[in-house]
Amino acid sequence: MSTSAFGTYGGRYVPETLIPALDELERGWRDALADDTFHAELHALLTTYAGRPTPLTLSERFAPGKRIYLKREDLLHTGAHKLNNALGQIVLAQRLGKRRIVAETGAGQHGVATATVCAKFGLECIVYMGEEDIRRQKPNVERMGLLGAEVRPVDFGTKTLKEATSEAIRDWITNVETTHYLIGSCVGPAPYPELVAELQSVIGREAREQHLAAEGRLPEAVIAAVGGGSNAIGIFHGFLDDADVRLVGVEAAGAASLGTGRAGVLHGARSSVLADEDGQIADAHSISAGLDYPGVGPEHAFLRDSGRASYVGATDEEALRAFRDLARTEGIIPALEPSHALARARELDAELILVCLSGRGDKDLAEALLGLEKLA
Amino acid sequence: MKKLVIYLMAEPETPELARAAVDGGADIVELGFPFSDPLADGPVIRRAAERALSRGMRTRECLDVLRQTHELVPGTPLIPMTYSSLLEAYGWERFADDVQTAGGSSMIVADLPVDVRPETRRVQLVAPTSTDERIALAGANTDGWLYLVTVTGTTGARGEVSSALPSLVERARRLVSVPLYAGFGISTPEHARSVAELADGIVVGSRALQVAEEGPDALREYVASLRSALDTVAVVA
Repeated sequence: MSTSAFGTYGGRYVPETLIPALDELERGWRDALADDTFHAELHALLTTYAGRPTPLTLSERFAPGKRIYLKREDLLHTGAHKLNNALGQIVLAQRLGKRRIVAETGAGQHGVATATVCAKFGLECIVYMGEEDIRRQKPNVERMGLLGAEVRPVDFGTKTLKEATSEAIRDWITNVETTHYLIGSCVGPAPYPELVAELQSVIGREAREQHLAAEGRLPEAVIAAVGGGSNAIGIFHGFLDDADVRLVGVEAAGAASLGTGRAGVLHGARSSVLADEDGQIADAHSISAGLDYPGVGPEHAFLRDSGRASYVGATDEEALRAFRDLARTEGIIPALEPSHALARARELDAELILVCLSGRGDKDLAEALLGLEKLA
Repeated sequence: MKKLVIYLMAEPETPELARAAVDGGADIVELGFPFSDPLADGPVIRRAAERALSRGMRTRECLDVLRQTHELVPGTPLIPMTYSSLLEAYGWERFADDVQTAGGSSMIVADLPVDVRPETRRVQLVAPTSTDERIALAGANTDGWLYLVTVTGTTGARGEVSSALPSLVERARRLVSVPLYAGFGISTPEHARSVAELADGIVVGSRALQVAEEGPDALREYVASLRSALDTVAVVA
């Protein structure tokens, strides 16, 4: 068995047509990493356009008795951490000479981030989105349209992120010469998981410094929601070498690729996936479109097996309660995705906790209010 | 003689359909083992896979269909075509062993490029985007023949034969010594003839699946029309 940076996870399980493009991407990425002008351009965009660094906010009322710090990716331009990755990849796409961008989106946050950077750089943008997600994330569909992107509905299978990702990859296979596939999470064939993790690791680097400045020590635990896993990998990367800091990923209970999945191959990588005993991919279920995905980044599977990170689940109801409670106690409306992390953070057996507040909840209001009504 | 490869999705009716295809002049039958997320496939094969899965066609059932098909057309090479996830779940070696036991001649794994798991013996695919180095590697590792993907794209019928094919065939001829069969996008006798002017054989999938919906007689007739087109080329060449 071939090995990668993530043990037996990762790899390139894609049709041959894509291999030269992945080689080209990998070369372009290595060149960019070694090039000061790439880092300077990205840094300028992150600070003057995206709004980095994002603040660290101490929340004292949400979970009495604990000191929970929120890394405020919800305050980033476009309202979620997704822009860190989209900006990095668009600068890379420019270096590769690609003028057409395709992306998949679940909650719509990655689609909006991609549409945003394409508008800024004047590139053609096509976003694949499942019909079920179009229904439940309407504000983001409207934003993408306004930004000049074409949203292509995917009307088969689960009609969510899984199928949208497959269609984006099929588009890439068909238009590979002209197109960059701007994947939204740390999933997919190599080098994407590593590339996205590196672009998101700015979250962890900033948060570690900010936490040290605020508390004079590191947090006991770092906790983040995991769908594909990019915000979690981004914040975890800041603390991987701090053996005393617990890393906790929180999956949606109905989409627990790490908690209840098995080794499998989905969307170009070997990882832990929700699948039946024959390898057929199972449907995921979550109120949060961003977590409603049966796969997860291969690095998370590796971190789980190595014991460096642990992964737990939160139900739709627990996430909804945390969503409401953060709004009422801190005046912050979180997205439903990080609401899963908040739900586990407040009952974690630790006092000093860092939570990645990966996005804001405006997009979720309709779905969340409906869900809260049912709870009452 | 140019070779004719027909793709059918593994379902309970498939052994009869395979016999019809062989009667019509197919030399090899590819047997699709359906996967829920087939990245290399266009809408026709994707929908066929969805239906097969909804009818309970999992790996064991597909192997049974392979066995039954082999009993009906014992002289025809049968080649399962599927995706890595099925092998990962079933066990890579066990899958290859059980395919062979059931009468399979080789296999094709659509999302397994030549440098991943080279120990898994299979028919390799190359595409117009493949470098010379990769074509040579695929040619050296392939099992019997090399599958030329004629287009940068997914499976499915197209209006015209790919303009990328001539240069791909030219490169492959220079780099490998095995027969070259071309597939993806071929649906009509005219396509078949023009592709066979270049390649040693053709693979027809999506259109064959659509015709197979009309039953074995329609499939036999359709395959025979492709056969005649290929035989014209063989005579000319």
